[in-house]
Amino acid sequence: MSEKAGKRESGTAVRSSASRTDVGPVAPTRLAASPLDTGRLRVDFPILDRRIRGKRLVYLDNAATTQKPRAVIDAVSHFYTHENANIHRGVHHLSDRATVAYDEVRQKTARFLNARSPREVVFTRGTTDSINLVAQSYGRAFLTAGDEILITGMEHHSNIVPWQLLCEQTGAVLRAVPLNSAGELELEQFAHLLNERTRLVAVVHLSNALGTINPVKHLIGLAHVRNIPVLIDGAQSAPHLPLDVQELDCDFLAFSGHKLFGPTGVGVLYGRESLLERMPPCQGGGGMIETVTLERSSWAPIPAKFEAGTPMIAQAIGLGAAIDYVSQVGLPAIAAWEKILLDYATHLCNRIDGVRIIGTAQDKAAVLSFVLDGVHPHDVGTILDYDGIAVRAGHHCAQPVMRHFGVPATVRASFAFYNTKEEVEVLADSLVRVRRIFG
Amino acid sequence: MGSLATLYQDLILDHNRAPQNYRSMENANRRVEGNNPLCGDKLTLWLRMEGDRIRDVSFQGSGCAISRASASLMTAAVKGKTRQEAEDLFQRFRRMVTGSLDPSEAQSLGKLVALAGVSGYPIRVKCASLSWHALKAALDQSDGVVSTE
Ligand SMILES: Cc1ncc(COP(=O)(O)O)c(C=O)c1O
Repeated sequence: MSEKAGKRESGTAVRSSASRTDVGPVAPTRLAASPLDTGRLRVDFPILDRRIRGKRLVYLDNAATTQKPRAVIDAVSHFYTHENANIHRGVHHLSDRATVAYDEVRQKTARFLNARSPREVVFTRGTTDSINLVAQSYGRAFLTAGDEILITGMEHHSNIVPWQLLCEQTGAVLRAVPLNSAGELELEQFAHLLNERTRLVAVVHLSNALGTINPVKHLIGLAHVRNIPVLIDGAQSAPHLPLDVQELDCDFLAFSGHKLFGPTGVGVLYGRESLLERMPPCQGGGGMIETVTLERSSWAPIPAKFEAGTPMIAQAIGLGAAIDYVSQVGLPAIAAWEKILLDYATHLCNRIDGVRIIGTAQDKAAVLSFVLDGVHPHDVGTILDYDGIAVRAGHHCAQPVMRHFGVPATVRASFAFYNTKEEVEVLADSLVRVRRIFG
Repeated sequence: MGSLATLYQDLILDHNRAPQNYRSMENANRRVEGNNPLCGDKLTLWLRMEGDRIRDVSFQGSGCAISRASASLMTAAVKGKTRQEAEDLFQRFRRMVTGSLDPSEAQSLGKLVALAGVSGYPIRVKCASLSWHALKAALDQSDGVVSTE
């Protein structure tokens, strides 16, 4: 691809999403306070026109995965239609272009995160894959028996289980910062649990089960006083909050393309260059080597060292289009609009008899988790589905959170910038109907 | 496509609110735990077998309305039946919730037909079947844990 194609794809996004701006595509980021023109933006998402059981789809399961704008769908389709080739392998024209396009996405991702260099951006299959990479590479190389890894009580299973596996392999010990009744971290406990044995901290930025935004910059500062590296699970923050790895000063940050309006199968691990340099590869194969003899091999420089085999080229190109799209809409504007939606949804739900909101942190975004007195979340989910509303009912891959709140599951409505206040009202009306059915 | 009214019938809502045979059993000779790991539903089933016959059956647990009502209706349906009769009923029940029941068989299911609406919601079939899987395990062996996965 393709500079030309790249421009064209992002051109599509500009035309359809942000034709309201005549001051250039980056302007919306500066207009943080103004609500988004969701009516305009929704046109970019073909699936939002779908009907479910005769009702217009109200998609409120964005924390599970987000819908894709036309620009992303077209970028992937364009790549397969016109540009498909393997990268780093051919002298021929198409291979050359695919290589350039793939590397351009890396640069774009580095800019999106404000990384110092594209060398700090490793492409992975997603957040889960990124965290496992750190556990198996950094963790196995530098942790030994008795060392401690500190996580929190609100982690997604993908930021718990990789560390448990590492602990089994190395004899390291996993500790977790407890939560208070609002679903916030007990900050004194965090400071208390950091000690001379702590070798790594891994914390979710925005909880997918509660919506809590953790004060990660503060936590990173505390850990760095003791020279402990910090991994941020940015799966939920990437689509909702502006991210700046230099400002946060995090050592690793993981996110998934599919939660950022991009394709499944691609994600990112940001890693501080000095750490990535020291880490051994954890998968071997093509693309990650410098020279191979039958006896031994030497590794390619970062980030290729961590990308064995043919990568997810088309998906990465789709991710590039998604990053362009999101950047044009502007994360400050997205965050501001989603705050309005969340406050409105909270207000309406609090008026419904028997609704108990799970997760009432001061600092919260995009996620409304709740239970309805006397009605199991799955029954709520089925009845909402009947009204065309897609929510998640379950433990949200965060069973320790459910245990903390003493519930087996919750109903979770999670928002994206294309959601509207009318959709929030449809949700509230449907919950009233659930109440009526169950008496 | 199932309609809401067929899924959440009054009979189901009543059994959800006030399930029958919802108690533990002191003199049970079989006890099985059922789990639906996907949604966290849990159920304990007690049986008192006398020879080949289910003398008493009871359950407790947490789950959605479909799984509670189904467990309640199941206990009422199999109490007093022989093992073979209960297993035959399970086969027909399974055909009903997966939408492959011969209409002529519907009558023999009695009140269990209230759960026929589940066939319009494939992901809820597991909810309706959990207690039956636990029953089958209890009939097959002695004690243990079963899972819908
Ligand atoms: C907070 C958080 N972390 C990690 C993940 C895992 O992401 P993925 O399944 O894309 O690897 C999720 C996805 O649900 C999440 O919400």
